[in-house]
Amino acid sequence: MARRRLRNGQLRVAFGVAVIGFLLASCGGSSDVSDEIRVSAASSLGEVFIELESAFEAANPGVDVVLNLGGSALLREQILAGAPVDVFASASADTMAPIVDAGLSEGSATVFAQGFLAIAVPAGNPANIDGLVDFGNEELLIGLCDIGVPCGEYGRQVMSRAGVKPAIDTNEPNVRSLLTKIEAGELDAGIVYMTDVIAANARVEGIEIPDAANVAAEYSIAFITEGPNNEGAKVFVEFVLSEFGQMILAGQGFVTP
Amino acid sequence: MSRRQPRIAQSRPPIVFSVLAALGVVFFLLPLIGLLVRTPWSDLVSLLASDVVIDALVLSAIASVAAVIISTIVGVPLAWVLARLEFRGRSLVRGLVLAPLVLPPVVGGAALLFALGRRGVVGEPLYDATGLVLPFSIWGVVVAVTFVSMPFLILTVEGALRNMDSRFEGAAASLGAGRWTVFRRVTLPMIGPSLAAGMILTWSRAIGEFGATVTFAGNLQGETQTLPLAVFVALESNRDAAIALSLLMVAISLTVLVLLRDRWLRSL
Repeated sequence: MARRRLRNGQLRVAFGVAVIGFLLASCGGSSDVSDEIRVSAASSLGEVFIELESAFEAANPGVDVVLNLGGSALLREQILAGAPVDVFASASADTMAPIVDAGLSEGSATVFAQGFLAIAVPAGNPANIDGLVDFGNEELLIGLCDIGVPCGEYGRQVMSRAGVKPAIDTNEPNVRSLLTKIEAGELDAGIVYMTDVIAANARVEGIEIPDAANVAAEYSIAFITEGPNNEGAKVFVEFVLSEFGQMILAGQGFVTP
Repeated sequence: MSRRQPRIAQSRPPIVFSVLAALGVVFFLLPLIGLLVRTPWSDLVSLLASDVVIDALVLSAIASVAAVIISTIVGVPLAWVLARLEFRGRSLVRGLVLAPLVLPPVVGGAALLFALGRRGVVGEPLYDATGLVLPFSIWGVVVAVTFVSMPFLILTVEGALRNMDSRFEGAAASLGAGRWTVFRRVTLPMIGPSLAAGMILTWSRAIGEFGATVTFAGNLQGETQTLPLAVFVALESNRDAAIALSLLMVAISLTVLVLLRDRWLRSL
């Protein structure tokens, strides 16, 4: 009995604390932004968006940025199917287009960063890859991202610009899974974003692709008007486009458009 | 046995049960309706006749049947050992072989890559000795699919072995039958229905496997792209094709599960 009464008392205290916390949270903060902002971002933006998230949360106490990382095309399908998303950052304008066409974002999407492509090989480059020509070698294990995924489309553009017909062994569903196989040494080479090579921190090595063959990935961002937190979405997009946001992006090898 | 049950078992279920059961049916039916509503019926035949679909279908058929065969050959003895032998660490072994049931398939695939890949713990010596690379080949698909689906067979068969009346085996042995004969002539027929059920569960899991396959074996049409991988890829580039493929998978699975169950698997 005594125990039970104590429990009730504790509950009441906990409830009181929760209410006070909630009140504080709703009037605190440096701006009007509150609650959660749900951000869907391309796999290749993973590392830099985690950084942007913590910087944004530090600047806006009480705000929780919830990241949903995945292949751009898959994220788009989720949004088209009505997923509650506030901001969508895609690895290509093409992937973004159906969102804009469907009237799910206000106006057009904004290109907020560019990223060039690079050849990624396992640490130590065991297969002695020199350049794009090696991608035509049937003996080597070569991976690209799949058709329909931005890094796959860019990778194929690079190949056709270089005039190489790649001997592909696997079409990976997103850039992360491609990197995992390169890191593990299971693939001899693949085409990823330069930023991925930098983020992978020596677990993979990068080989530059000559400018004549290289392609710039255009990352675009839009806030989704159907999302639950339009105000927050706007402020987050502004933050990504701000000088500070761009500085964080540059730190990870992204180029300002 | 069921014939002897009193008639009362046939009577109407409690109302709560009817409501909840109906809710369950709706829960499984709704996604199927969602697929049917979005199906591009007029293009269905041409969508399903493409080489991507045919390649994936053939590969899925081979890999899933191979997984059932391997799972049966290895899984039945394993289930027997787990059910009949008392040894230290038995629950640990059981946990280990059933782990793929709870492990996210992608994690299973990555673990396979680190173990059996070209640079893996076992894969590297294998590659150096024979030049064999499991990932990015049909062998990789079979390994991934078997890893994920075999636990279903082990679980079912072990359960059957534990529940069967072992006095029959004892009687056969006392009449002079050898251990192998006892297993073949007494044990196997008695667990037959459960074994068949286990094989079908294994096959169902194998045909739908995605995560471990894509992570361990990769994704290349005609080499490693099974039906679920083709669906996933099509979802990103051609939604109509993805829906057509999904419908095909549902049709295959329903046919197999319904037909087999009615024929052999009254016990499932």
